[in-house]
Amino acid sequence: MSKIQDKFKELKSKNEKALISYIMTGFPNENATLSIVRGLVKGGADILELGFPFSDPIADGPVIQNASTVSLNKGAKIEKFFKIVKKIRKETDIPLVLMTYTNVLYTHGYSAFMLKAKSAGIDGLILPDMSIEESKEYLKSAKKNNLDTIFLVSPNTKNDRLKKIAKASTGFLYLVAVFGTTGVQTKIHKYTIDAIKNAKKIVNRKLPLGIGFGVSTPVDVKKYVSAGVDAVIVGSANLKIIENTSSSKLQNKITEYTKKLKSSTRI
Amino acid sequence: MKIGMPKDGRFGDFGGKYIPETLVPAVEELEENYQKIKGDKSFQNELDYYLKNYAGRPTPLYFAENLTNFAGGAKIYLKREDLLHGGAHKINNTLGQALLAKKMKKKRIIAETGAGQHGVATAMACSCLGLPSEVYMGYKDTIRQQQNVFRMDLLGCKVYPVKSGSQTLKDAINEAIRDWITNVDTTYYLLGSAVGPHPYPVMVRDFQSIIGKEIKKQMKNVPDTIIACVGGGSNAIGTFYPMIDDGVEMIGVEAAGKGLKTGKHSATLNAGKKGVLHGMMTYLLQDNDGQIKETHSISAGLDYPGVGPEHAFLKDVGKVEYKSATDSEVIDAFLTLTRTEGIIPALESAHAISHAIKIAKTKPKSDSIVVTLSGRGDKDIDIVKQYLRKNVKNSR
Repeated sequence: MSKIQDKFKELKSKNEKALISYIMTGFPNENATLSIVRGLVKGGADILELGFPFSDPIADGPVIQNASTVSLNKGAKIEKFFKIVKKIRKETDIPLVLMTYTNVLYTHGYSAFMLKAKSAGIDGLILPDMSIEESKEYLKSAKKNNLDTIFLVSPNTKNDRLKKIAKASTGFLYLVAVFGTTGVQTKIHKYTIDAIKNAKKIVNRKLPLGIGFGVSTPVDVKKYVSAGVDAVIVGSANLKIIENTSSSKLQNKITEYTKKLKSSTRI
Repeated sequence: MKIGMPKDGRFGDFGGKYIPETLVPAVEELEENYQKIKGDKSFQNELDYYLKNYAGRPTPLYFAENLTNFAGGAKIYLKREDLLHGGAHKINNTLGQALLAKKMKKKRIIAETGAGQHGVATAMACSCLGLPSEVYMGYKDTIRQQQNVFRMDLLGCKVYPVKSGSQTLKDAINEAIRDWITNVDTTYYLLGSAVGPHPYPVMVRDFQSIIGKEIKKQMKNVPDTIIACVGGGSNAIGTFYPMIDDGVEMIGVEAAGKGLKTGKHSATLNAGKKGVLHGMMTYLLQDNDGQIKETHSISAGLDYPGVGPEHAFLKDVGKVEYKSATDSEVIDAFLTLTRTEGIIPALESAHAISHAIKIAKTKPKSDSIVVTLSGRGDKDIDIVKQYLRKNVKNSR
């Protein structure tokens, strides 16, 4: 059992859903990352999703794009990223998921990259541009290195394909809430609720279902939880707080906000 | 693998579909519809009608006698894609895809553009076929290609300057993909080069193959050598593909910018590494961490850190040779063609001209070289003016 799977089991016994908190590492700078992580953990985040920037993030909206650019301009490098992960791992046992784009892994070689990621303390991977058709080598390396492969599905994914993707997914399955990039949403669409219900029917019950893209308020969290998801993923909303808060107040602010979101995951 | 016939959307290792899941149904729908129209006589007839009567096909194959004498060696022929409506080969592809979009009942067309030629060709095809068009263009490119921005405005096309990243073609593609993800049901993404996820590289190649087919017919036989410039590589693949198994020497010419050693270039096949960008596996200009590098070329249309996956494959199997030309060589070729033949080439096409002049003298007079003159240079005269001014200043 992976750390991620254990976490879902533990939450189930407590009648809670998972809050997965995303941040971009190195945004607004390297030092802030550890402090923000502490804030998230204190606030009750169940799983952390750590972004590593890619120069061309096609699935991301303006907030994460900007955070990626800032992080890269401040010298983000994968070796530095693994060092940050190791520091986080020393402080907490929380499951850590890396989100980046395929080319970052491909360039280093899937196996070589994953070996380093795993030994630094990463538990799972999310690559929004890795499609199931191209994933053979990626899956093989992940299996060898005991890393969970979290694939994304969309409200327009057909059922036979949904089953195929779910079969390749471990840890959880990531349902994209909207037709769009990360961080842009004003309301909860009916098509999203339908997609949640459909996925819960189609996909193996043992595989938790997470929802992300545009999830930002406790109200959103409540609505998605009552529609049946096992996890909510909050990303751009965290980055907006980080953008707008002075560094001395940041950790507390993140903790407060995370607490509010977390309390909405309790049924 | 048979050359040119992708298996599962791949040319050997290259190509594929590395895309966000939301786009999968759209790409599948496109593939299905493309397969349908490929063998459909009435579609092909309609396309032929527009290519002939609207775009101005066939384009002439012109024996450039003065340029041949200047170079001193093999006979140089120019495939005059610069004479097409809009001033470049781009219209071959935009008419094909816009017609397809119409058949697919799409309500809205989006595109990216570098130099603006694909944007203009998209706007034209869409106006002609009664479809609304919106084009993403890197902010830097909107500045250096203002004339094309205004042409698109006039044609009723909405132009969005893209201020993210390097503010050039790659960022325009990123933004177009994001738009497509957001409006996937209603929108057709009219990609302008032989790049992107399958089936785009194959589809764009097929629409551009009219170039090579006409050359074959016009030469009565195949030439000894064919040369074309390569950015994404659509005019090159359209030139090469119909002669791929004919034993012709094929040369693609990339932008060496300020020199391959300076790092300020766009010569992906000469200096890149394998990687994944814009939905495809191909050669990319990138750093050790897989971050895409900023590129440079005097021609906005070649200023791209990737290249069509079929070119990556053709390079690896040794079917096509990929060379490069620097900015200053390109300016020389631009001036030479202008003065010897009275033809002002696009700076993109001047890369191919430059290489043709270079190698013609190494070949016997009985040999023939066909150069695809992919576009005309009116859009570039300000850039050339600035370059010449600066260089005169520097040499003083």
